[in-house]
Amino acid sequence: MPETRRRGNALIRFDNVTKLYPNQALPALQDLTVEIEKGEFVFLVGPSGSGKSTFLRLVLKEERPTSGRIRVAGKDLHRLSNWKVPHLRRRIGTVFQDFRLLPNKTLFENVAFALQVIGKSRRQINRDVPAVLELVGLDGKENRLPDQLSGGEQQRVAIARAFVNRPLILLADEPTGNLDPATSVGIMKLLDRINRTGTTVVMATHDQSIVDQMRKRVIELDAGRLVRDQSRGVYGYTR
Amino acid sequence: MRFQYVFSEVVTGLRRNLTMTLAVVITVAISMGFLGTGLLLRAQAETMKDYWYDKIEISVFMCNAFDKGAGCAGGQVTDEQKAKIEQTLTSHPEVQSVFYESQDEAYQHFREQFQNSIADTITPDQLQEAYRVQLGNPEEFEGVVSAVAGLPGVHQVVDQRELLEPFFDVINGLQWAAAAVTAIMVVAAVLLIANTIRLAAFSRRRETGIMRLVGASNFYIQLPFILEAAIAGVTGAVLAAAGVVLVKALFIDGRLAKVLEFVAWVDWNDTLEIVPWLMVSGVLLTAVAAFLTLRRYLRV
Ligand SMILES: Nc1ncnc2c1ncn2[C@@H]1O[C@H](COP(=O)(O)OP(=O)(O)OP(=O)(O)O)[C@@H](O)[C@H]1O
Ligand SMILES: [Mg+2]
Repeated sequence: MPETRRRGNALIRFDNVTKLYPNQALPALQDLTVEIEKGEFVFLVGPSGSGKSTFLRLVLKEERPTSGRIRVAGKDLHRLSNWKVPHLRRRIGTVFQDFRLLPNKTLFENVAFALQVIGKSRRQINRDVPAVLELVGLDGKENRLPDQLSGGEQQRVAIARAFVNRPLILLADEPTGNLDPATSVGIMKLLDRINRTGTTVVMATHDQSIVDQMRKRVIELDAGRLVRDQSRGVYGYTR
Repeated sequence: MRFQYVFSEVVTGLRRNLTMTLAVVITVAISMGFLGTGLLLRAQAETMKDYWYDKIEISVFMCNAFDKGAGCAGGQVTDEQKAKIEQTLTSHPEVQSVFYESQDEAYQHFREQFQNSIADTITPDQLQEAYRVQLGNPEEFEGVVSAVAGLPGVHQVVDQRELLEPFFDVINGLQWAAAAVTAIMVVAAVLLIANTIRLAAFSRRRETGIMRLVGASNFYIQLPFILEAAIAGVTGAVLAAAGVVLVKALFIDGRLAKVLEFVAWVDWNDTLEIVPWLMVSGVLLTAVAAFLTLRRYLRV
């Protein structure tokens, strides 16, 4: 069972959140109440269409809830004006199944891009990018283009890009979905290392063996409803 | 790094959408060209007004012994009637000066104008005494005309402005036509810019998607697009300004002024004053069109 947590202090907090997309009969999330503390590592599991990606998009304020309240890093997202949304996103790193790298930029440029476009100085970029590339184990491959890298390496670049600005939260939407099991383990070790630096990691996944091995908190959704919230959980009871 | 990024984005963007950018440049050039034409016509009308209105006067012709009609029932105008007319004119606030012209003086002027046989068949008593009236503000002729038109002894009041009116009507009409074409071309330019931006936003959706994700500000995401549009706008406006300058140099100075020497033509000062307006309008037109389009296609 979930432990009782101190209310109001959570890094991510959903209060009775319902999300109904336009022209949809059923809500993607229904009356979801959940809290995620600073420093946690959380798996978001559930069948396809259960609302995992919707959850992550709501945290980023890419979507707005139909009803309910969302707080992220002390900010009430409902009251956060549009022009402040970029500042919220600077504190959140995001990784996707399909990597989303820029194909005509080198590995170094792809990571540097994330700092450039938020106005960081060249000095800072030249300091932070090599450091994060070393962290993800890609030092020495700075000048490769994405199509000269394996899938696992491309995902490391994406993680480096998400983490280079040292975000409070790292959101990962099926980051191992395109990778073979051995490569996936490498990616999970990397996410674990990032989590140990104090960054909260929320990862949506279908990967049963990973969830079962890592033994982290598991939030399970089904048709938009919270059906399980278990610390040190496994992928599913019935398998 | 920031400026370098913006600059390189603008350059690649312009190159990638070269055909669309050229189309935007051309429509902006045409619309600003018509705006420039309209402004040039306006300056021309002003120049001619300044030139003519100095010389324009109202002429109050008074009855001679042969005149018939309402004011001339008493035959030749009497001294009391003249005194009353002169007093009415001089006391009117819009009147600047009044000159009296006797029948003999009218005859002198007539002979000077028509130095041929007609002058010999005319005698002074067939001509009319007149007051030549200069107005402070030539636009205010109507009040003066109506003040003296009905007085006894007044045969006819001629406002020389009326003679120029058709001329100004033509210029006015041309100005409206230029304004209408400008409006249509501006609409065309805005639609084309919107479409160009839409394509550009689509072709760069990968970059802009990542920028949004990592928290780049809207302004920063939109800046390269807006600058691109503004550069196309400046280029178009420069072409239009060059067109206006060429019209002044080759058409007005080179042809019209030589054929119609008695007309006052717009000078270089008036012409060059139009250029900054074209620049500002061109840039605003494209930048605002780009900004409004981006609000739809690059949401947070
Ligand atoms: N933009 C959208 N417009 C309308 N409906 C949407 C949209 N995005 C998601 N949905 C619907 O919302 C529900 C939840 O979708 P979501 O993508 O959150 O599921 P998921 O758990 O991430 O699924 P998967 O495991 O397949 O990625 C689905 O029924 C989906 O069809
Ligand atoms: Mg999903």
